[in-house]
Amino acid sequence: MSTAPPTPSPPGNGSYVRMQESEDFAELRRRFRTFAFPVTIGFTAWYLLYVLLSNYAGDFMAKKLFGNINVAFVLGLAQFLTTFLIAWWYARHANAKFDPEADRLRAVVEADVEHASEDAR
Amino acid sequence: MNAAFQLAAVDTTDHRTLIVSLFSVFVAITLVITVLAGRRTKDATDYYAGGRSFTAFQNGLAVSGDYMSAASFLGIAGAIALFGYDGFLYSIGFLVAWLVALLLVAEPLRNAGRFTMGDVLAYRMRQRPVRTAAGVSTIVVSIFYLLAQMVGAGALVALLLGISGDTGKNLIVVFVGVIMILYVTIGGMKGTTWVQIVKALLLIGGTILITILVLAKFHFNISDLLGAAAANASEGKDGVDAGQFLSGGLQYGLNSTTKLDFVSLGIALVLGTAGLPHILIRFYTVPTAKTARKSVLWAIGIIGGFYLMTIALGFGAAALIDRADIISSNAAGNTAAPLLAYEIGGGDGSSGGAILLAVISAVAFATILAVVAGLTLASSSSFAHDIYANVIRKGKATEREEVNAARMSAIAIGAVAILLGVFAGKLNVAGLVALAFAVAASANLPTILYSLFWKRFNTTGALWSIYGGLTVSVVLVLFSKVVSGDPAAMFPDVDFHWFPLKNPGLISIPAGFLFGWLGSILSKPEDEDGKKFAELEVRSLTGAGAH
Repeated sequence: MSTAPPTPSPPGNGSYVRMQESEDFAELRRRFRTFAFPVTIGFTAWYLLYVLLSNYAGDFMAKKLFGNINVAFVLGLAQFLTTFLIAWWYARHANAKFDPEADRLRAVVEADVEHASEDAR
Repeated sequence: MNAAFQLAAVDTTDHRTLIVSLFSVFVAITLVITVLAGRRTKDATDYYAGGRSFTAFQNGLAVSGDYMSAASFLGIAGAIALFGYDGFLYSIGFLVAWLVALLLVAEPLRNAGRFTMGDVLAYRMRQRPVRTAAGVSTIVVSIFYLLAQMVGAGALVALLLGISGDTGKNLIVVFVGVIMILYVTIGGMKGTTWVQIVKALLLIGGTILITILVLAKFHFNISDLLGAAAANASEGKDGVDAGQFLSGGLQYGLNSTTKLDFVSLGIALVLGTAGLPHILIRFYTVPTAKTARKSVLWAIGIIGGFYLMTIALGFGAAALIDRADIISSNAAGNTAAPLLAYEIGGGDGSSGGAILLAVISAVAFATILAVVAGLTLASSSSFAHDIYANVIRKGKATEREEVNAARMSAIAIGAVAILLGVFAGKLNVAGLVALAFAVAASANLPTILYSLFWKRFNTTGALWSIYGGLTVSVVLVLFSKVVSGDPAAMFPDVDFHWFPLKNPGLISIPAGFLFGWLGSILSKPEDEDGKKFAELEVRSLTGAGAH
């Protein structure tokens, strides 16, 4: 609560600038970026690894695990599984760690914009 | 193992009547829905964004409907039937791509934009040049995609209905074009969204049915299915290596160039989805960013489930139908799924086979119609909102004028698509879908990401990344084997190719990012006090002031 924008001055944009400079917003941005950026790098790398294995590690991929199910098939299904899991994980993270704070800051900044435009009248 | 048959030789009149009736029912129902939706379309938000009134589940279905084209339904099933594991590999890129949209694009875009991709790209830039660029890129991506779908529709429907000759194909292209124009101009985003929802339900229903029938034939033992597929695919003079059929390499593993080409394609698929304009505008049809997130979650579930089922379809076709028959029906395997439906329903002379074949054919037709409608809507919306309203009329057009312009441009784009579809009918344009993904990944995605996350990004950077990414990808494809120098090229009789890969992504995507960065740092900063970026950042993360 430390940095709810102080006295509003000129209408409009000032409210956004103050919000962006606030510690609360920095924390919100941090929660978003520290999840989204590393996870994006992670799943892209995992997908590329899978593509490269399919391309260049034929013998490994052809290894049969049970019946006619080989490593290639299992890794392919694992891509589906990790996609579902990451989507679920992100939704959980966003619900718990991101949405409540985003909603609160949205209310603060909208009230501030409203206030600023009233003062300007 | 199986009675040899070809699709065209299946007792044509019977199944043709059935397909045409089923398809007429689909067209009739969707047109009624479109007219009803059109009556409830009053303002620009209704027309462009369906009044932002759809639920997460509805939009998730619609996103899936927009995304699962005939290329991914018939194309992937066919690729698996012919190349086994390599076809399966293809579908994974299409799915993983959704995580980029989920984590980085859907929510900020929904929060900060109104109707088009250009809204977000131009947010803190000089409006006119950046909106022009966004409009150009949207139209180019959509037209490439549209052209591939239209030509594919002509060829496919002709095949399914047993029509031969150019007149028949051209009539189909014109018919598809006219219906899609009706959907878009009458129904706007509301009507088009409902068409997507109906189509998605039909496609999923049809796929579940065939999947269960195939799996039941193998007592739900996947290993037996794979074994039978590999064994059957390796028989005959066209037979392939059974080991490679299951572990990869038949399509992309031929030599070091095809391997590199697959890496290039994979990157373009994963990064392109979150830059496809017809997908991006779907995020505006829901009330909040949180609903946009939930619609992507639904879409991931639906699309993932669907691609898992294409594995059963593809390997099922490989196991149950002779390879020679699949190839003789369509060299690219595009009719493997309909052939499988016919076989699994009872095969030659059976009414079960005829009914299933008709159902799957009608579903394929519905799929094509819905996708082309989504593409027409995206490109005409961008023309009207970005170029007409904000560049030509400098923001002074009324809502009514803008929506009228959108309808007019939908008719114009539809007409162009019909003409191109007719004239390109003999060309092999399947490569254009991959090109659309590559352009989206090289021109649109860098610009979206820089706009949202990089403060120093400016107008010059945006123009460089859009036009640079666009030019590099189009030029590389123009001089690749997609266009010339290959029997399967668009112009097989000439050869002016020098770029070895069929997909430009490996070069053009880094180029797009590099151009955007260079353009920004080599030009004057625009937003020195960071005020505009502050507004965009606060809006995109919190949803403050969202439309």
